[in-house]
Amino acid sequence: MPEIRNYTLNFGPQHPAAHGVLRLVLEMDGEVIERADPHIGLLHRATEKLAESKPYAQSIPYMDRLDYMSMMCNEHAYVRAIEKLIGVEVPIRAQYIRTLFDEITRILNHLLWLGTHGLDVGAMTMFLYCFREREDLMDCYEAVTGARMHAAYYRPGGVYRDLPDEMPKYEPNEFRSDADIARKNETREGSLLDFIDAFTERFPGLVDEYETLLTDNRIWKQRTVGIGVVSTERALQLGFSGPMLRGSGHAWDLRKKQTYAAYDKVDFDIPVGQNGDCYDRYLVRVEELRQSNRIVKQCVDWLRANPGPVIADDHKVAVPNRADMKDDMEALIHHFKLFTEGFCPPPGEVYAAVEAPKGEFGCYVISDGANKPYRLKLRAPGFAHLSAMDEMVKGHMLADVVAVIGTMDVVFGEIDR
Amino acid sequence: MNDSVRTSFRERHAALSEQLADRFSDKGCQVISQLGEVTMVIPSEHLIPVAMELRDAEDFMFKELIDVCGVDYSGYGQSEWVTTSASGTGFGRGVEAGRAARDDHPTDFASVYHLLSVANNLRLRLRVYLDSEQPMVDSVVDVWRGADWFERESFDLYGILYNGHSDLRRILTDYGFTGHPFRKDFPLEGHVELRFDQEKNRVVYEPVTIDSRTLVPRVIREDNRYLQPDSDEQDVADA
Repeated sequence: MPEIRNYTLNFGPQHPAAHGVLRLVLEMDGEVIERADPHIGLLHRATEKLAESKPYAQSIPYMDRLDYMSMMCNEHAYVRAIEKLIGVEVPIRAQYIRTLFDEITRILNHLLWLGTHGLDVGAMTMFLYCFREREDLMDCYEAVTGARMHAAYYRPGGVYRDLPDEMPKYEPNEFRSDADIARKNETREGSLLDFIDAFTERFPGLVDEYETLLTDNRIWKQRTVGIGVVSTERALQLGFSGPMLRGSGHAWDLRKKQTYAAYDKVDFDIPVGQNGDCYDRYLVRVEELRQSNRIVKQCVDWLRANPGPVIADDHKVAVPNRADMKDDMEALIHHFKLFTEGFCPPPGEVYAAVEAPKGEFGCYVISDGANKPYRLKLRAPGFAHLSAMDEMVKGHMLADVVAVIGTMDVVFGEIDR
Repeated sequence: MNDSVRTSFRERHAALSEQLADRFSDKGCQVISQLGEVTMVIPSEHLIPVAMELRDAEDFMFKELIDVCGVDYSGYGQSEWVTTSASGTGFGRGVEAGRAARDDHPTDFASVYHLLSVANNLRLRLRVYLDSEQPMVDSVVDVWRGADWFERESFDLYGILYNGHSDLRRILTDYGFTGHPFRKDFPLEGHVELRFDQEKNRVVYEPVTIDSRTLVPRVIREDNRYLQPDSDEQDVADA
């Protein structure tokens, strides 16, 4: 009888199903995985070290580039850490705007996840559908910040500016008919809030559409049911958070349990899975789309009724109004100090976490009283999830690796930092 | 509702810090409460038993390890821009190396653990100070499986050795990387850069060609809003 040996298979880092630059070294016994060894760090940019060399406010745009699919949630963790350190109060309207945009971000992230996870497992249509809705939401990003993705919108003490009264419209062009352009501009006649409101009206119907394609789809179920099962106890032991933990049946959500921003003032439910497999995590995330939509709707209603300041009045941290600088010497001094030196928080250390779409995104800041963080540690949810790769794929087939990578919702911006 | 949630969160953590002080002070652990967060400093030899108790005892139930990270305290409290005196030509400012660090931290290295108790809704930070020459600490992988990659990262970036870790390889840096890039004595721009060489038809490593520069100097302001009432003897020169 010939000697049969395990062989090693290299997967990635350029594989389209590796979601970025994941290199997996798989030890195979035939088609069955014996051991998976993920090699990460191909996108390591030392964000934390870079942050140590610049004033606090200048690192906000780096946060967008961590988990580049949930930009504002990363910023939120970072500015919350600074706010906690300094002790600055954030105005209520800014809290609601942050809640609104965190949830828009969550929908953006889950739509991308749904599209690419579907694509990996063989459902091409999902990808096209999901990207259609992402386009609308990225227009919201653009309307409020000027950038479709890397927003740099949150500031310690609030947000950069209030929501715009006007939504940018499509201009007539030779590629589209006038009727088509009029249809696209239909919901863009009013303010940004009107546009988001119209989106929340039609979005539940669209989620139904996605579900028709996948939830009872035989192939989808064959590829996800019973794959990558993690028990509740094991999920905690492995450091899981977010939908990965909820999919395993533990109702843990920082938005409810350690509430922040305006999450205690809005009504929403936490979906929980039962079996802890890829299919349950899919169901949890789809339900989160609906819940996020509910939160967005409530925030829109509140923001319409309650105008007010969107950034703290404390000019030791927040930049003073441009008009004030023209005739108020103190405002001019504050502006000069903030942009040449930045602010100096008191010595101390804080950890602030938010429920990012992928799980608990935490930010640990050590300050020695300087205008730059002494140490910044970013706790990325995907890092903990990917470290469980070996355990989750052991004994599964090669094709299931793709399903497990998909269900983890890995993004290398945050894992490699 | 917001306030009540926050207060009860604070109250629970105040109770936690008392419990911790009761239970672990005989092992030389020191409990610090700051900004509503609880930190416990543990002597490195007691880390594993204390961690086990924190995980399993009914009062704590810290089942989840959120994060492990290394910290290099060697430059703590050092400012690049010290104003000592004013003269006719300006202030005596400049990058001044070798200013003595403050004695807040006994050694250069520390390993910091963030724990979460989902049962009691508590958070806790553990800090273990490590030897400055040969930082080494017992691995907590057997207590929390999730520590695996976090400890590898801390080893990679700070060179902290985790005793008992079965697979302590580099994780984030390049294959064949030398040095521990997050240490304070490692320059931000690194030591080597790489490019593809057309003639040799492979990637080559060369010494870095970029200079380090400081766009905004690091300054420490002793802000009187943050001064504690008991610290009257602050150096007033910087104020």
